[in-house]
Amino acid sequence: MMRNSTLPLKFTEVCLRDGSHVMSHQFTEKQVYHAVKALDDAGMHYIEVSHGDGLGGSTLQYGRSLTNEMKLIETASGVCKNAKVAVLLIPGIGTVHELKKAHELGASLVRVATHVTEADVSAQHIHMARELGMEVFGFLMMAHSAPVEKLVEQAKLMESYGAQGVYVTDSAGSMLPFEVKNRISALRESLNIEIGFHAHNNLSVAVANTLVAIEEGATRIDGSVRCLGAGAGNTQTEVLIAVLERMGVDTGIDLYKMMDLAEDVIGPMLPSAQEIRKGSLAMGYAGVYSSFLLHAERAGKRFGVDSRDILIELGKRKAVGGQEDLILEVAADLAKSKLEV
Amino acid sequence: MKKVKAAIIGSGNIGTDLMYKLQRSDYLELTSMFGIDMKSDGLRRANSAGYRVFTDGIDDFVKRPELADIVFDATSAKAHLRHAQLLKDMGKTVIDLTPAAVGPFVCPAVNFSEHMESQNINMITCGGQATIPIIHAINSVADVSYGEVVATISSSSAGPGTRANIDEFTITTKRGIEEVGGADEGKAIIILNPADPPILMRSTIYCEVKEMNEARIRKEIREMENSVKCYVPGYRLKSDLFFDDNRVTVFVEVKGAGDYFPSYAGNLDIMTAAAKQAGEMVAKRKLGKIDKAVTANDAK
Repeated sequence: MMRNSTLPLKFTEVCLRDGSHVMSHQFTEKQVYHAVKALDDAGMHYIEVSHGDGLGGSTLQYGRSLTNEMKLIETASGVCKNAKVAVLLIPGIGTVHELKKAHELGASLVRVATHVTEADVSAQHIHMARELGMEVFGFLMMAHSAPVEKLVEQAKLMESYGAQGVYVTDSAGSMLPFEVKNRISALRESLNIEIGFHAHNNLSVAVANTLVAIEEGATRIDGSVRCLGAGAGNTQTEVLIAVLERMGVDTGIDLYKMMDLAEDVIGPMLPSAQEIRKGSLAMGYAGVYSSFLLHAERAGKRFGVDSRDILIELGKRKAVGGQEDLILEVAADLAKSKLEV
Repeated sequence: MKKVKAAIIGSGNIGTDLMYKLQRSDYLELTSMFGIDMKSDGLRRANSAGYRVFTDGIDDFVKRPELADIVFDATSAKAHLRHAQLLKDMGKTVIDLTPAAVGPFVCPAVNFSEHMESQNINMITCGGQATIPIIHAINSVADVSYGEVVATISSSSAGPGTRANIDEFTITTKRGIEEVGGADEGKAIIILNPADPPILMRSTIYCEVKEMNEARIRKEIREMENSVKCYVPGYRLKSDLFFDDNRVTVFVEVKGAGDYFPSYAGNLDIMTAAAKQAGEMVAKRKLGKIDKAVTANDAK
């Protein structure tokens, strides 16, 4: 495989954070313990643990965590021998206080996430992370929704605040390979820091997109075992590792161990198989934030409307990540307009 | 009618919008605006509207204390920390529109009368002004154990100060939910939405209550909506209320008056409208027109 970077690839397993959406934020300490232990043993580089909506996300808006995320972070840090524990922080939801707490409990990497056009709300948190001596990356969500120039401009802001890298985050699982290529290569030409890529598999191109991103020079790669992530999940980690091995890339991660933990540790946690069903497909197709899926399905049931109609309407209203409260309102509006017809 | 002299410190978006609102006040006589840049849009507008303008900020006001008895601070939390001491020494009443939280938190529809004698009054945050009255209303009849608010504002209405210090918004609003709204525990979330054309400010309020009583909650919320409307005309409940077990969900929308900001920026409008309301109540007290303001807390 030809890569436009000489830096080693570093993988972040996100099933214990992005998968929190699928689990309706009900992870137990025991589940996290076993998952982290197995991932660490397989050689995973970073393991992200937080509420699905990042630190401080346990709310009525997004769903309450069964177990306090700080407890889960502490558990994960206690198990890791080599892997590092990562956390997600979305400014506006979490604050520097939660970041400090997570750091005390052993988190050593933070991804500070903003909507792709709003990078300047991350300055405060990136500064704090650097001050704490954490590794810090920017995470530009809904990256499909802004023109490439805008993405570059916002990534440069994060670089100026002290981020050591910036992720292109395809929160809607909506990007096609050529779009990934354009974005990663534009960032490579403009940034002096690492580039990362975070996919969702709503259009079944997560692995393909990730390969394109790696070829273009992305070196920080996200995946979720068994696609345990919002919507149809992320790039399936164990599959990606296998594909990269076939392409001659040494990831440093043990494929057989990844296969085993996918089957024996993560598999039993799944509420149902992470296939691409109509809700996820509609989100990828319409460019809608992946964690809206279960909320839209619940609201659809409550108001007797098709959850796809809710998701498409959310796309039309240009909802950004975090606007779960709009889902109830849109569902109520759709139900009302159905009555009026 | 006799009015109380007032001045605005800070010529940014908030200060300028406030200027247009104070132009229409029956109790406050705006005399001057203190900024730091004569080229700023706010100072130019204040100048052409006939107000005295100064470019050395608070230091100019210290030299001309006769220009105001009530001072509105529309600068930043950091600047306010210094201003607060100077204005205190001068014996001026301050309405603080920054999240500095030096003085007590005030939401005019809820708790003004408790703090009407206070020399420094803090206006919490825009999200707080939009949601705390509703939480207070629910708490008054149902005892709120947990209050959570989600404020979604258009990206173009969030200035650089807000963006650089977004944690001040979430933390100050949380405190306001607890201290003024009466929730045992509070949580605030802010979301910036860049859609174009810009979206109106919307806020969602979730409350968990100890004593669910749908009819009484509905009535209190409606009454509170009207109280806030008295000083923020574009404030309204959006769609029905939702009741699930011990949870109440309320959607609020704020359409601005369009004074300086376009009407989508309800978040800025509600801040300046609430500050004007607080300033007028202080002025009425100074003029001897009221001994006691009637706000929601007094009615209970």
